[in-house]
Amino acid sequence: MSPKKIVLRFGPDISDMPIIYRLVKDYNLMVNIVKANVNPQKEGTMVLELTGEEYDQGLDYLRNAGVSVQALTQEIVRDEEKCTMCGACTAICPTGALHIERPLMEVHFNLDNCVVCQLCVKACPMRAMEVRL
Amino acid sequence: MEKTYAEINAKIKAGQAVVVTAEELIALVEEKGLSRAAREVDVVTTGTFAPMCSSGAFLNFGHSAPRMRMQKVWLNGVPAYAGIAAVDAYIGATEVPEDDPLNNNFPGEFRYGGGHVIQDLVAGKAVRLKATSYGTHCYPRKELETTITINDINEAFLFNPRNCYQNYNCAVNTSNQTIYTYMGMLKPRLGNAHYSTSGQLSPLLKDPHFMTIGQGTRIFLGGGAGYVAWHGTQHFPSIQKDEDDNNLGPAGGTLALIGNLKEMSPKWLVGTSYIGYGATLSVGVGIPIPILNEEIALYAAARDEDLYTQVVDYSDGYPKRIPGNLGMVSYAQLKSGKIMINEREIPTAPLSSYPKAREIAGILKEWITEGKFLLTEPVQKLPSPVDGISGKALQVDDRC
Ligand code: SF4
Ligand code: SF4
Repeated sequence: MSPKKIVLRFGPDISDMPIIYRLVKDYNLMVNIVKANVNPQKEGTMVLELTGEEYDQGLDYLRNAGVSVQALTQEIVRDEEKCTMCGACTAICPTGALHIERPLMEVHFNLDNCVVCQLCVKACPMRAMEVRL
Repeated sequence: MEKTYAEINAKIKAGQAVVVTAEELIALVEEKGLSRAAREVDVVTTGTFAPMCSSGAFLNFGHSAPRMRMQKVWLNGVPAYAGIAAVDAYIGATEVPEDDPLNNNFPGEFRYGGGHVIQDLVAGKAVRLKATSYGTHCYPRKELETTITINDINEAFLFNPRNCYQNYNCAVNTSNQTIYTYMGMLKPRLGNAHYSTSGQLSPLLKDPHFMTIGQGTRIFLGGGAGYVAWHGTQHFPSIQKDEDDNNLGPAGGTLALIGNLKEMSPKWLVGTSYIGYGATLSVGVGIPIPILNEEIALYAAARDEDLYTQVVDYSDGYPKRIPGNLGMVSYAQLKSGKIMINEREIPTAPLSSYPKAREIAGILKEWITEGKFLLTEPVQKLPSPVDGISGKALQVDDRC
């Protein structure tokens, strides 16, 4: 069974829960953490690759714990023509995928850090960020 | 040392003027000192590229046969104001189609508005024109629909009643929910802080006393040449001070700008949509500052460290118009990516593009260096901080 990629999002209240430990211990899943952006008392995101018989039960556990779970089948792209490097997305993006390079103040997009939360798609005033399936 | 506009223009024509951007002037003053920099430099160029809601364009469509006194006008479905002469209309940047869902499905997207129409026109794209009227003896036609481009119509000029804000609030949200404002999406509990000027490159931050920027000043506007037409609406210039009377830089000035839309570019007039707030237009503006004397050079050399703005709560204080702020921060702090408010570190982000501001200052420098752009002496000065103008508040009937 090939691993499935999922994105987890959780609020500050559950950022301290040992969810990875539970997935491994209680559901016998193999977990590969692709990206993680978790800080105590803050909103967090994580991209995981999961393999195992009890995959569905593991996902049910996460959802019951209040974690939002989405399959990672989409990708975010930036239309370089439309982006004016205003910066409006950079304090919205939760992972720093969209960030400012100083001192030139240019806005860079690092796809590797993107967890496809799509917040930038809504927040970009130039409509430069798009979802691609 | 005093220079005149005529002397500087003579040097520009001879290809001998020394032109630097505001960023370059700062470095030059650090290297050589103010006096030498002021003597050597003739012109300093500034730039800003940011959403400027009080923007729009006057258009004259030409007459149809039979003639029509267009009473209501729509461009790509966006209403334009036609309460002026027969085939004139004004398309405002924040206007949206009558069937736009607005904020009914909150937060609204405001995907297409007047600012987008202006960008499409400037780009030379075909735009759908619809008009209705009541019919008169001299203007019998009652409706028409057609397609126009900017080249098919008589005049198209940008007239922006309030642009180029000298300084602007840094916006935060102290409430427990995300709010959607003209300062962008503000996360709850001081999750982010948004600011919107180009700081040390911004035109009016570099001429706090309006010594050279005045009525008739020729500028870079939307990729072409434009002019300062008047002071902008809500022009209340002042110098900010802290409790110890330290100078925190200027705030409050605005400009009314005018220029030929047919000479502008869609790169520098960009239709913009703020989720949950509305549609607008991002405008590129660059203003040259002639270094007539050392005092003008001193102000033009102000650095991000010297220029401050106030942090304002857009979840409560701003909408309720309660005076006060959560502190003053410098543009150097804002640009560093984080500021401290209430002893907490808050991530910051601009809405105004610093890379584009730098590009505009560079283009204007090139135009002047190549002798393509001469400076104009203002025909009249604009009100400055010494005039002490302040805003009036609107009184509302108690019953409403
Ligand atoms: S908000 Fe949009 S236009 Fe602005 S920097 Fe981000 S992607 Fe570019
Ligand atoms: S979707 Fe946008 S906001 Fe979300 S992580 Fe990717 S780049 Fe950042």
